[in-house]
Amino acid sequence: MSDAMIQDESTGDNREYITAMIGKQLFGMPIDEVHDVFIPQNMTPVPHARSDIAGVLNLRGRIVTAIDMRRKLGLPDREDGAVPMAVGIEFKGESYGLIIDQVGEVMRLQPSSVEATPANLDPAWAGIANGVCRLEGQLMVLLDVEKILAMSTETMAA
Amino acid sequence: MDDLLSEFLTETSESLDVVDVELVKFEQEPNNAQILDNVFRLVHTIKGTCGFLGLPRLEALAHAGESLMGKFRDGAPVTQEAVSLILKSIDRIKEILAELGNTGAEPEGSDEDLISELDRMSEEGARAIAGDVPAEAASESAPAAESEAEPAGEEAAGEGELVYQVLERPLKPGEVSLDELERAFMEAEGPDLTAPPPAEAAAPVEVKKAEAKAEPKAKAAKGEAPVQQASLRVNVETLEHLITMVSELVLTRNQLLEIVRRHEDSEFKVPLQRLSNVTAELQEGVMKTRMQPIGNAWQKLPRIVRDLAQELHKDIELEMIGAETELDRQVLELIKDPLTHMVRNSADHGLESTDDRVAKGKSAKGLIRLSAYHEGGHIIISIADDGRGLNAAKIRQKVVEKGLATEAELEKMSESQIQRFIFNAGFSTAQTVTSVSGRGVGMDVVRTNIELIGGNIDLKSVQGEGTTFTIKIPLTLAIVSALIVECAGQRLAIPQLAVVELVRAQSNSEHRIERIKDTPVLRLRNKLLPLMSMREILGMDAGPDVETMMESEDEESGFIVVMQVGGNIFGVVVDGVFHTEEIVVKPMSTMLRNISTFSGNTILGDGSVIMILDPNGVANMFSADVVEAVTKDAADTEDRGNARELTSLLLFTAGSEEPKAVPLSLVTRLEEIPAENIERSNGRLLVQYRGSLMPLVFVNDQVQLRETGTQPMLVFSDMGRSMGLVIDRIVDIVEDELKIEVQSALPGILGSAVIKGHATEIIDVGHFLPMAFDDWLTRREMSKESLHKSIMLVDDSPFFRNMLSPVLKSAGYAVKTYNNGREALEALEAGEEYDLIVSDIEMPEMNGFELAERIRANKAYSSVPVIALSSHNAPAAIERGRQAGFLDFVAKFDRQGLLASISEIREQKTGAAA
Repeated sequence: MSDAMIQDESTGDNREYITAMIGKQLFGMPIDEVHDVFIPQNMTPVPHARSDIAGVLNLRGRIVTAIDMRRKLGLPDREDGAVPMAVGIEFKGESYGLIIDQVGEVMRLQPSSVEATPANLDPAWAGIANGVCRLEGQLMVLLDVEKILAMSTETMAA
Repeated sequence: MDDLLSEFLTETSESLDVVDVELVKFEQEPNNAQILDNVFRLVHTIKGTCGFLGLPRLEALAHAGESLMGKFRDGAPVTQEAVSLILKSIDRIKEILAELGNTGAEPEGSDEDLISELDRMSEEGARAIAGDVPAEAASESAPAAESEAEPAGEEAAGEGELVYQVLERPLKPGEVSLDELERAFMEAEGPDLTAPPPAEAAAPVEVKKAEAKAEPKAKAAKGEAPVQQASLRVNVETLEHLITMVSELVLTRNQLLEIVRRHEDSEFKVPLQRLSNVTAELQEGVMKTRMQPIGNAWQKLPRIVRDLAQELHKDIELEMIGAETELDRQVLELIKDPLTHMVRNSADHGLESTDDRVAKGKSAKGLIRLSAYHEGGHIIISIADDGRGLNAAKIRQKVVEKGLATEAELEKMSESQIQRFIFNAGFSTAQTVTSVSGRGVGMDVVRTNIELIGGNIDLKSVQGEGTTFTIKIPLTLAIVSALIVECAGQRLAIPQLAVVELVRAQSNSEHRIERIKDTPVLRLRNKLLPLMSMREILGMDAGPDVETMMESEDEESGFIVVMQVGGNIFGVVVDGVFHTEEIVVKPMSTMLRNISTFSGNTILGDGSVIMILDPNGVANMFSADVVEAVTKDAADTEDRGNARELTSLLLFTAGSEEPKAVPLSLVTRLEEIPAENIERSNGRLLVQYRGSLMPLVFVNDQVQLRETGTQPMLVFSDMGRSMGLVIDRIVDIVEDELKIEVQSALPGILGSAVIKGHATEIIDVGHFLPMAFDDWLTRREMSKESLHKSIMLVDDSPFFRNMLSPVLKSAGYAVKTYNNGREALEALEAGEEYDLIVSDIEMPEMNGFELAERIRANKAYSSVPVIALSSHNAPAAIERGRQAGFLDFVAKFDRQGLLASISEIREQKTGAAA
């Protein structure tokens, strides 16, 4: 599914975003950075890894490092037993999966509807957010995929 | 850069590497015409191609070098100076080539310096030949030479440059076209002005020799020709990609096989079997394309050794065995630098100077032997020298200096364990830093590099005879054979390279897990193997959980994977062992790469991802404990001044399960003597120990002498004699305050103290020494003047009071002991007289410094000398002590030192009085 979307990459000012629910918050990620959406299965935990690393799994012959976005955002672990989803991304030639609660729809955003992240936002959130989008009825936090991964790798190096 | 140029660069840099090697060989065997021919041909090809590509700088340089080599061929004497010059020219050519590779053009600059030197030597060579040749030609190859000389000479008449082409052509049938091209090029451009006149003069002579050899050479060349056509240059990236794809194919095949295994009668079975075989063959074939002879990594070494030999003024022979042994080019690249470094090390530090060698009766020429061979999927490389070997004493000193281990720890180590310290970070045994091995890069870097590719390194050294380093590395990094184990429901891969054996421990079998304190160990063929639970390694259940887990199951059984990393052998307890599997190592993502426990991950046949254990990381976990202990020790030492006084105590059991302790510093060695070595003679138990008989003494009657296996004992040595104290088991070495709280009436026991939370009996070594040798404490020479002299011994520790007073008494002094400075001062104030005062520093109520100051302050006894007993010899403390009035500082356990100090002070006193 993702391939078609990637080819449909937006041009000009409009950018397409894929929405995701984590906890009670709606998030958006640029669709051209998302390679695929999958259900994480057969996850192997990695001892000694940081708590926000859920483990490694095999996605069509590639080893994907899964990051639990709830932990990353400082939210409590899922309790409802619902099947989590994952968004596959590539970063510096490596495959990562961001584990989220639910994948929503694909939407095209006007740059004018995006605002900078509020100054008083939780630093854990602000550090990986690119801005906030005013949608009808709710707000959507735009995630910066590079920041999520760069931050994780940097903190590891520190 | 155009294809022609890049092709030229690849080819030339390869040729130059060969020239390097060949020239060094040639220098050693100047009469080997074949080597010279090889060199000559290579340089000539370079020169020719340069001309063709329009690279005048390179061409001129190569030409000048070639001329000089031409002189060698004609019989000019081969001097070291000349070879050095050619090597220097080749280095310059390499520089220019590097620049050419970067920018696509020859760099600006002049090589006139080298060219004029080369020309000068060619001239000298020509003169030398002019003297020699007539005779030589007449005696050796006169008929052949004369007949050929005429026509060739005619052709050469115009200019020197062309002569070479004409003469070379018959030598190299495979490369005729290039020569033709070059000739055409030369003719078009007109006479080459760089051709030096001496070459012209020498031309006819060259003709003779060259022609004479033409026939056999041509034959050899013909033999080579088909080989050249059969090989093909392939871009490394293309190969890498192929290998990745094959790896994926292997994984997919494994997955398919797994699926088919579940369905008993699948129609896929037969075709899949075929696919499986084809895949295996394909994998093997592709892996082969990556294989290169290890000689490629050695190519630069002869040149390096030659240069080193000259620089260091040593005579060094480099022997290379097994250069054809093949290994993965990735591995090859990675070991190149460590190997070079080690060979340099051997030449620089390993081998003695020529004079030293001769003085020691060795051959003047030092030998460095490099060898490589395959062994069970691995390649073993060894670098041996016949030099001075490692100096264990120096290493010990340095280890202690750097705080890598304490003296006590070193005591327990074998020679080879101590030698392995050179692999520790920041360790370099050479006292002077030479330009050769440099500073900062030590064997630790070599070790790290080798461990990075999943290999390990070990060494064996005999002082005075030489050192051998052995490196064991996997043939390839992409696919490794691994043992799949299970722990806490998770599967893990352990690289087979590190696995020595598997042991199944069961409580009722000979292999069972035993414990020293909380540390699990396994007895394996008369050796104690430290164990660690895989859970602990994975950090799953830390601390007390491990205990409960181990106890809830069967704490004496389990599967133990015995692993060896370098010289460390240890066991890892796992829940289950599955099978060995060829796994494709995939690197972990950057986010996980900091975890030292794992070296990568892989996908198993059933599609699940598992982690690959890094044996080096695990080995470090074992030694990390030691490191922690050492740092803790250092920290303890620092704050000892104002805190509790800690003593290293050896805990053991003897006769009963209650722990017993003795200060470690009193113990000379811990030994395990085979039971059959214990002999009985004249009603006493004796063992032969380090060349003499050592009497054995029992701590108490309950201790049973073992009849099989080994008997643990503590060895105490003093004045060249040793005694073995037979015990049941060594429990641990701990640091704690030695505070005897309950005095004991039992002989041999000073009393009880709380050591690490347990009531522990402190044994009185002084009680046992006379049991071994009746005269142990009395046989010291008693000097007359020491008799009837009185000593005041002030120490708050009953242990030291009890230990030192018999020592002093046996030396003839009258001793009275006091608990602290205040008591001692009260006694002095009460009018008691002593000839000498020995005092501890750290004491309650009044410490040693204060006591000494107070003594100095009172005229009634200010002349009595005071000696300080101290467990720390920090310069500041000593200085403080001197100011306070202490005459000398003696370490608490240094009994002999104390006696020596006392008699020295007494002598001074009598001398001053007289």
